[in-house]
This record gives sequence, structure tokens and C-alpha cells, in this order.
Amino acid sequence: MERKTKLNVEDGKQDIIIVREFDLPVALLFKAYEDPEIIAQWMGTKVLKLENRKHGSWHFQTSDPQGNVVFQANGTIHEFIPNSKITRTFEMENAPFDVQLEFLEFEKLTEDTSKLTMQIVYRSLALRDQQLKMPFAYGINMAHDRLQEVVAKLNLAGYDKEK
Amino acid sequence: MELRRDVFQAIADPTRRAIIALVASQALTPTSIAENFDSSRQTISKHIQILTECELLKQEQQGREIYYHFNPKKMKEIADFIEPFRQMWDERFNKLESIMKKYKSKS
Repeated sequence: MERKTKLNVEDGKQDIIIVREFDLPVALLFKAYEDPEIIAQWMGTKVLKLENRKHGSWHFQTSDPQGNVVFQANGTIHEFIPNSKITRTFEMENAPFDVQLEFLEFEKLTEDTSKLTMQIVYRSLALRDQQLKMPFAYGINMAHDRLQEVVAKLNLAGYDKEK
Repeated sequence: MELRRDVFQAIADPTRRAIIALVASQALTPTSIAENFDSSRQTISKHIQILTECELLKQEQQGREIYYHFNPKKMKEIADFIEPFRQMWDERFNKLESIMKKYKSKS
């Protein structure tokens, strides 16, 4: 079954809610957010620092094939409750956007399925709308292109193995 | 500077989305649109006005009545600009899912 990512964007609210159901037990879904090596794989970024605890902080960095840093983000972790919740801030460095606040809630649906609800709160409505309209604001764009390259390669590799 | 009302704001409201859904099936007068809602006639008029300003609805005079039509071209525009944001997350999550499925079968 295809599980689609849903966006919930309400009038006058300076947040975006992203909901996704996974064919994964909640523990595995959470692990994808907990383990730096796994994060690096699916986010397509280098994890320079990730302290999974209250008062901890994180720092991600993405470089282009020439080694130039194209994307850098950091934040603080406010809550880290295994298999349940992560509250953190997110700041894209060298970008004209203020820090955003993220609430990630992990829910068990069945033994093998789970749901992630991610609420991103922006400083202003204008900023939220700007982010929505420019999802590929440069930096993210390049990181995302790179991510797609990696995915394409991995998919191919996986396919070969199965054959 | 006052932010100009945009299509994005227009469809973010649930009542306005309901109005679009109604008008999408057939052209309606403001009165017949308002009959479908508990809100006051003025509230609904305001919503219709916003939708018209954003070109999601088009007015057509038929005798003494004004009918509102849905403008699918404008709706397509909206879908187009929110879609990349949704897709970005969808692709990330697909990736996450496939990695964790492999992880599961390994362990």
C-alpha cells in the first residue's frame, strides 16, 4: 500500500503539520531519527553532532561533490522521549530565516506500522508561507538534488542485490 | 506593507475550501452557496470575495443574478506550488522507510 505524506496548512496559523504513516514498527521509525549513520543516509547530510537528550544539540552539514558546504543547519534538543517524542529547534545557517521549532510525535499504529506527526512552527505567518512556496530555496535545493542522486544509486544497488 | 492576499491564503481556510468544492460541481449564486453553511450570509460573502480576488472563483452575470464558477486553472497553480514541498518530504520519508526495512531484515 502506498503511504502518502500529508501536509496540513491552516489559514492564519504560522505552522505546518506533516503527517506520514510508515510500514515500520514505531521503534524502527524512531531509530531513523536517533542513529546518526541512518540519518546521514536518508537526509543525505553529514551528521557532525547529535546529542539525543534534553539540553543536547545537533549539527548537520551537506557538501557538494567538490567539497563546498552547501547546507548547514543546527539546533537544540528540548525533549527526547524514545519511541514517542522529539522537540527541537532548527536553524538553517547563512539563510535569512529565523529559527523554527519542531515537534515530532511518533505513534504506534499496529505492530508493524507507525505514524509520524511533525509540527513545524515558524516565527511569522509570512515566513511560513515563504518556506512553503520555496521548498527548494537554494541550499535545500542542492542538498535535495544530492539526496536524490544518493537514493537513485541506493535503489539501483538494492535492485541488483535482489536479482 | 500590506501583504497582498494570495491564493495560498485563500485555500488554507476550511470554509473556503468547502465553497470551492461546492462551486466546482456547479455554478451557484451567493445565496445558494450560503445555504450550505451555518455561518452568516456576510461571512460567506467575505469568503466568496476573497476567493474571487484570488481568481479561484469567477463571476458571471445571468440576468439579475450573479453566478460563481470555479476556475480550475488557478487551482492547478496552487497544487503546483505546495506540491514540491510535500514531495520533498514524501521522498525523504520513502527513503527513510526503505532504509529501515532493509535494516529490519538485516537485524
